[in-house]
Amino acid sequence: MSINIIPQITRERILELAGKGRRIDGRSLTQFRPIKIERGLIKKADGSAMVSIGSTKVLVGIKIETGEPFPDTPDQGVLMVNAELVPLASPTFEPGPPNEDALELARVVDRGLRESKVLRFEDLCINPGKRVFVVFVDIYVLDYDGNLFDASALASIAALMDTKMKPYKVEGSEVVWIEGEPVPLSLQHYPVSVTMAKADGSLLVDPSLEEEQSADALITITMDEQNRLCAIQKGQGSFTPEEVFKSVQIAKEASSYLRERLKGG
Amino acid sequence: MATQQEDRKLVFPGDLIAEGDYYAGDNTFKKENRIYATRIGLATKDGRKVSVIALRGTYEPKIGDVVIGKVIDIGFTNWTLDILSPYIAILNASDVFRRGFDPHRDSLSEVFGIGDIVLAEVSQFDRTRDPLLTVRGPGLGKLAKGRLERITPAKIPRLIGKKGSMITLLKAETGCQITIGKNGYVHILGKSPEAEELVSLAIRKIEAEAHIPGLTNRITDFLRTRMKASESK
Amino acid sequence: MIYKRIDGRAPDELRPIKMALGVLDKADGSAYVEHGGTKVLVAVYGPREVHPRHLASPEGAIIRCRYHMAPFSTQERKNPAPSRREIELSKVIRQALTPAMFLELYPRTTIDIFAEVLQADGGTRCACVTACSLALADAGIPLKGLVASCAAGKYQDRIILDLNDVEDKGCQADLPVAWLSTTGEITLLQLNGLLTEEEFQEALNLALKGCRQIYEKQKETLMNYYTAPAKELVSETGQEGSK
Repeated sequence: MSINIIPQITRERILELAGKGRRIDGRSLTQFRPIKIERGLIKKADGSAMVSIGSTKVLVGIKIETGEPFPDTPDQGVLMVNAELVPLASPTFEPGPPNEDALELARVVDRGLRESKVLRFEDLCINPGKRVFVVFVDIYVLDYDGNLFDASALASIAALMDTKMKPYKVEGSEVVWIEGEPVPLSLQHYPVSVTMAKADGSLLVDPSLEEEQSADALITITMDEQNRLCAIQKGQGSFTPEEVFKSVQIAKEASSYLRERLKGG
Repeated sequence: MATQQEDRKLVFPGDLIAEGDYYAGDNTFKKENRIYATRIGLATKDGRKVSVIALRGTYEPKIGDVVIGKVIDIGFTNWTLDILSPYIAILNASDVFRRGFDPHRDSLSEVFGIGDIVLAEVSQFDRTRDPLLTVRGPGLGKLAKGRLERITPAKIPRLIGKKGSMITLLKAETGCQITIGKNGYVHILGKSPEAEELVSLAIRKIEAEAHIPGLTNRITDFLRTRMKASESK
Repeated sequence: MIYKRIDGRAPDELRPIKMALGVLDKADGSAYVEHGGTKVLVAVYGPREVHPRHLASPEGAIIRCRYHMAPFSTQERKNPAPSRREIELSKVIRQALTPAMFLELYPRTTIDIFAEVLQADGGTRCACVTACSLALADAGIPLKGLVASCAAGKYQDRIILDLNDVEDKGCQADLPVAWLSTTGEITLLQLNGLLTEEEFQEALNLALKGCRQIYEKQKETLMNYYTAPAKELVSETGQEGSK
């Protein structure tokens, strides 16, 4: 992410501790910071969730609208994921169109949701080739203290779990909203991501901002509840193949924990 | 130190060139007890020091180097020069106007204008600031006429030759004055444009064939053939 | 019955590859790579001073990498404006090359890498990483080693190497990987698709095998370029030949 100078002594301390299997805030290598998940905060959205992981805060709002399908999938609904690194979230975020970090964030979360087939996109078809439902997942980063990937992915799935669709009827090729109880979306899978920082050879789950800045390398692994890999994104740095396989093992347990938290609410 | 052709093995970045109790010289890096090349070049050993003579790469300024720069900007109190390095070079007005430099009275552009070629010495350089040049010294200053050619800095030793044999050959055969900047610019001043062009071509030939043995003979033949051809015109 | 792919290849077979160095005159370094129908051209400029100055880092060189597809590179004309995908891949490619470089040697400078996809037939980011690596070496920028890149994937329930465009569009998973020769470390790793753990292991190992073969080809290209018989610059008639 954007340049932010970390004190050299802090970086050295983080690496020194990592080599011994410890972390600067006392966590274990595979431990997440305190996670808080709140749903339904934004009433105007069709679904929403705010996730805090430590001090990192991400708010995701879901809006379902109608639109045209993609030409190569005429009978499927559309998923559009966008991310904003809102300037208020960090002294290093600047106003303007999404930069490479915001785009990467959106695309990695998108891949996790899409490849795992979180929704049955066929169910979102109104009129094949003409009209489908478009699910907008807007990721709004409010406070940046490291690990935007996991907070955003978790908030996205939590927001989808909170999403209800207003009842509708199809008139011609248009959708008309009608009276009645909104219906929750039916989720097929629950992909979550686990990000790890490599520091002095150790893999640290859920890196804080300082840990991200001190890291030799970063990797994000997205898995569904069947332990299938839905997305992988290596960030800066490099990993040996053994380290990659080890991170997949760590991701298995960690993603299981995150799904527990999702259910707990 | 006599150069040996035998140990000049062509290496590429990441190639292992030595293992064991060696020091990492130019264009190499050491990992554990192994030394790898970092650039395309010729690997050499000098005692326990392993280096690579790079065949590609920019000029890295060193204090004391005499370089040829091209003026690319004129400021209020200095000129900015391109010396073919990652860093642009500065020549302060105070270096030229010895006594009481007055920016209102003394015009920098009248001394060196944009595009002028200057022979200068690197007087200061550390990586925190751009290199500083000086023209105080014998022969330093503007190179007014002639032709400018370029050669990869790593190949300058080849252009000079063992004990200056190659550069002496070029000067003798063409009658040209040749000034080599450590940064890869070469200034050629001759009695005719054809003579200058011949030196230019010879330099490009040396650039292309620096790593292939027998170069001196080939250049000698090349120069003599061309000089004969132009004389008979 | 051996599984034959659309183009007749075995599951673990690479497409035909062509590589060339020093193809552009003005760039400090350049390279061209053909990987099956994918054609990419890379130019490197630098290290050079950064403008605007506030982008410069006192700690070392910054790398600016641009991955871009030419409008005529795809079946349907592609809008020349950088797409979200191109911006993400620019970052991913930059991160694939950074571990191979010694940025601390050139503070306050930038190394600019321009990768243009002239024709896209699957595996464009991998071909670009391979070409960028050669272009950086051609520019004389100090490197820890060469980076070679290749993708593996799952198509029609099979784990295969080096997907072409048809396989890429219809695949169940796409796994581009880049590998740094000296350390054997992975510098690019993405998964687009769905794989079980076992499939991932198989695919990653297959991709690494492909990377190693591509590295050998990079070395061969360098060796041929630097030991080519001396080209005559001036012909008998005194006309200057090509440089």
